[in-house]
Amino acid sequence: MSQSPQLLLLLLLPLLGAGLAPLAARRYTRGAALAASLATGAALLLALGMLPAVAGGAVPSLTLPWIPALGLALTLRLDGLALTFALLVLAIGLLVSVYARYYLPADAPRGRFHALMLIFQAAMLGLVLAGNLLWLVLCWELTSLLSFLLIAFDPASRAARRGAGIALLMTAAGGIALLAGLLLLGQVVGSYDLDAVLAAGETIRAHPLHGPILVLILLGVFTKSAQFPLHAWLPAAMAAPTPVSAYLHSATLVKAGVFLLARLWPVFSPAELWFPLVGGVGLVTFVFGAYVALFKHDLKGLLAYSTISHLGLMVFLLGLGTPLAAVAGLFHALNHAVFKASLFMAAGIIDHETGTRDMRRLRGLFTCLPITATLALVAAGAMAGVPLLNGFLSKEMFFAETLDPPVAAAAPDALKALLNTLLPGAAVLGGLLSVAYSLRFGHDVFFNGPPTGQCPPREPSWWMRLPVAALVAVCVLVGVLPQQTVAPLLTTASTGMLRAPGAAAAAVPLPEFHLALWQGLTPAVWMSAAALALGMLVYALRRPLFRWHRMYFPRLRAARLYHRSGEALVAHARALLARLGPATLPVSAAWLFAAAVAAGAAGWWIGAADTTGRGATDWRSVLPVDVPSLAAALVLASGVLAIARHPDRRLAAVLWTGAVGLVVSLTFAHFSAPDLALTQIAVEVITTLLLLVVLVQLPTAPAGGRMAPGRSAPGAAPDQRLRLALAGAAGVGSAALAAVALLRPEATIAEWFLEHAAPAAHAANVVNAILVDFRALDTLGEITVLAMAGLGVHLLLAPQAESEPDTSTATEPPPAPLLLRVLALLVLPAALLLAAHLLLRGHAAPGGGFVAGLVIATALVLDQLAWGVPERPRPRALSLIGAGLVLAWLAALGPLLLGEDVLTSLHWDGRVPLLGAVGLSSTLVFDTGVLLVVAGSLLAVFRRLGAQSAAAPGASRTVGRR
Amino acid sequence: MEWLLAAAIGLLVGSGVYLLLSTQSFTVVLGFLLLSYGVNLLVLAGGRLVVREPPLASTGPAAADPLPQALVLTAIVIGLGMTAFALALALWAARRSGSGDVRAAAGDDGDDDP
Repeated sequence: MSQSPQLLLLLLLPLLGAGLAPLAARRYTRGAALAASLATGAALLLALGMLPAVAGGAVPSLTLPWIPALGLALTLRLDGLALTFALLVLAIGLLVSVYARYYLPADAPRGRFHALMLIFQAAMLGLVLAGNLLWLVLCWELTSLLSFLLIAFDPASRAARRGAGIALLMTAAGGIALLAGLLLLGQVVGSYDLDAVLAAGETIRAHPLHGPILVLILLGVFTKSAQFPLHAWLPAAMAAPTPVSAYLHSATLVKAGVFLLARLWPVFSPAELWFPLVGGVGLVTFVFGAYVALFKHDLKGLLAYSTISHLGLMVFLLGLGTPLAAVAGLFHALNHAVFKASLFMAAGIIDHETGTRDMRRLRGLFTCLPITATLALVAAGAMAGVPLLNGFLSKEMFFAETLDPPVAAAAPDALKALLNTLLPGAAVLGGLLSVAYSLRFGHDVFFNGPPTGQCPPREPSWWMRLPVAALVAVCVLVGVLPQQTVAPLLTTASTGMLRAPGAAAAAVPLPEFHLALWQGLTPAVWMSAAALALGMLVYALRRPLFRWHRMYFPRLRAARLYHRSGEALVAHARALLARLGPATLPVSAAWLFAAAVAAGAAGWWIGAADTTGRGATDWRSVLPVDVPSLAAALVLASGVLAIARHPDRRLAAVLWTGAVGLVVSLTFAHFSAPDLALTQIAVEVITTLLLLVVLVQLPTAPAGGRMAPGRSAPGAAPDQRLRLALAGAAGVGSAALAAVALLRPEATIAEWFLEHAAPAAHAANVVNAILVDFRALDTLGEITVLAMAGLGVHLLLAPQAESEPDTSTATEPPPAPLLLRVLALLVLPAALLLAAHLLLRGHAAPGGGFVAGLVIATALVLDQLAWGVPERPRPRALSLIGAGLVLAWLAALGPLLLGEDVLTSLHWDGRVPLLGAVGLSSTLVFDTGVLLVVAGSLLAVFRRLGAQSAAAPGASRTVGRR
Repeated sequence: MEWLLAAAIGLLVGSGVYLLLSTQSFTVVLGFLLLSYGVNLLVLAGGRLVVREPPLASTGPAAADPLPQALVLTAIVIGLGMTAFALALALWAARRSGSGDVRAAAGDDGDDDP
């Protein structure tokens, strides 16, 4: 199959525009809209250029492998259905970008707005062009995410934030269900390729899992297309700027569910579950949405529920299971996008010019806004299904499809009668309600008496009306001359939907449909007439109806229900947490340790039963105990016990900690871990300094361990017995674990590292080779964590603005002893030299970036203790951290340029004059990054802690005041 | 020797847990230090005990296991970062509450949503 790269270009054009829009907005105010219009226009032309070929039966496609192991590929596939929806997305997108240019206030972040809209457009195009199920889900989720960002476009608005949250939570939950469904589908078919799935319809329907698969996919479809009872997010999303509502929440995003139904229609529509699930939900949504829309006072609220209702209509038509009904569903999807987008834009103009969208406060606007009013009235007519407009044609097809549907013919007799009355009845009911709410939209706003006030609203800029006029013109053109305008496009779309993969376009059993204004006196015409007449009657009776609705219709708003359930969930979680005790460190830590001990015990118990493949544990010691080891153990034990008994004797505890650390370091040295011993010693020096610096600033515990007076009573802490029990269990458990680990012979992967260090990493020091080469990704993560710790301290202890002016009156701290100052001068260069030595030899002998960074940090800290922190300290700690991270990332990504994998180490051996043989490795760059991050983070910590310490007397006074 | 090391690990971990459950922030940090000594030694013990055979490529297959050593090396440095952060947090809390009690700062502004 030949590749069509222009499909990728189609996706990239909006993304290019998204990149340009913010830049253009910086140049001049309308630049963003211009960039958006140009990008969308170019993509639209490109898509139109492909229309003749696709209409002729070609299916251009493009496949780029992505993660073949997971079956994920970037497969784009442009058949008639995809192209029709792509044209819809692009055409409405172009009009909305023109409209938004004049809708958004001058101070709005237009660049961001248009960039987000264009990214949404690209995601939507990716969705409709998807030829791979996983790629489809990816784009599906992207559209949800961008809908969230666009609804919450004004972050200062509480309604916008709430609406965005509801929309994201509901559609993302639906997206997860869809992902599960499509994953199962892919497993059943054996491929995620859309062509393969479409070709495997019978296999899928015969599979026992086809029910769950269908239900999961439908959950995704119904949330996206706001079907009852999963519609709550759409009315809440009306807090979005009106161009967003016009684009996402009427014409495109909400059609994604309908699109997916059409996409998978050949696979699932013959299934028995299809009609009850899809048709049932669609019909209920159709009537429910139309009913609620009638009683909404907010213009956009009315349009939102009307959209829900019309989406229900499309879903119902696709759910009927006959090709002709599915074609009618597609036709209505197109018509609805056109008239609903124009209505939203008109509502935006009214809001823009009058400052309100409340229909109880709007009246008689026809005299003020004659042109906008005329356009809106025509579009409302299309929404109601008035003849000569596009909405009439698809609604007529809908009415015709509800009469004698094949599903009723196939049903048992009792059900048959029910279906034959229920379906047309519900259709007329929903139809008359749409007539009534369309009338309300037109009459309440534009007539219904003289305008309130003087007539201040004036017609908006010509550019704002142009998109509305264009869409309304389409409504009329399609309505009057359907066969000449929309019929070829609809044929192309239907062919794409119904066609089996690989089949010739001519072989598609396309249902006969004839679009015409007058089809004769069919039953559908009578149903239309009845709906129009009854709808007008309902509107005339609106006052008693509103009263009746207020009295009897349950005041249960879906959004409120959503919030109640959310709050109940949080309250439940809080109650559960309250049972665990107060959320203080000792209590939480006690739970944590209890859980760890329990997990360890469980592992022990389960593992004891499983002795397969293990050598027996040899409980006798292998290595003899020598006198120095015993002495070291004695020091360690007395130190630990001294700290544990009297942690409040702080200075002694700090000194003992140093001694314990020294023993640990000697242990490392003894057991063949020179790198660890070096690092531990360096860390020990810095830890002791840290503890000492903080020690003088922390208030001591009041005598008797009681709390400082005047504070609210703190939460309970674990009592002494619990502390001892947990400590004992943890201690015994880890000792046992260590003993078993030490005494049990077991194969390790050590040999692999020992063998490969020299040939693969050109390193003699295997530990260093692991750190900077074999497992360098871990190290990259670890230095990032270290950088975050340094940054965290930097921000946490940032000097507060209010205490700044005090510095002039604050007394200078007494200078450090002369000996220390001189010593610091001598140590710094020596330490730098030592660090360089350790860094350079790290690959061959104990050393490396970590130790070298610690050495530099120690020297800098000593320098700071001796000479104080200058006004503008050099080097700046944050710059060191940043430079280190950049260097490490460069070393990680650099090999990509040479066509190697990330983090591949490059090595160069050569001869340099004077120096002789030199081996250079790219891991040295990485290790230097490690060094800079370590030194920078510790420097950041000490700058903050040291600054506190220098002002210690003042600090303690502040503490006392509080 | 193995038993001696195991006992030391148990002592370090046990005391560390005991101190971590304290209410005084400085004591908590001391407990964290002891706990990390113990756990680092435990990880090292996972590679068995080898004397005078550091994992350099020249020493050959009898050398100590380099993998636990690499893990412990980063753990030591991360532990240092963690200690520094915990101490900064203790200072910050003490500045706000005027006490070294870890429970004092909690509840000050923990739950600000209604």
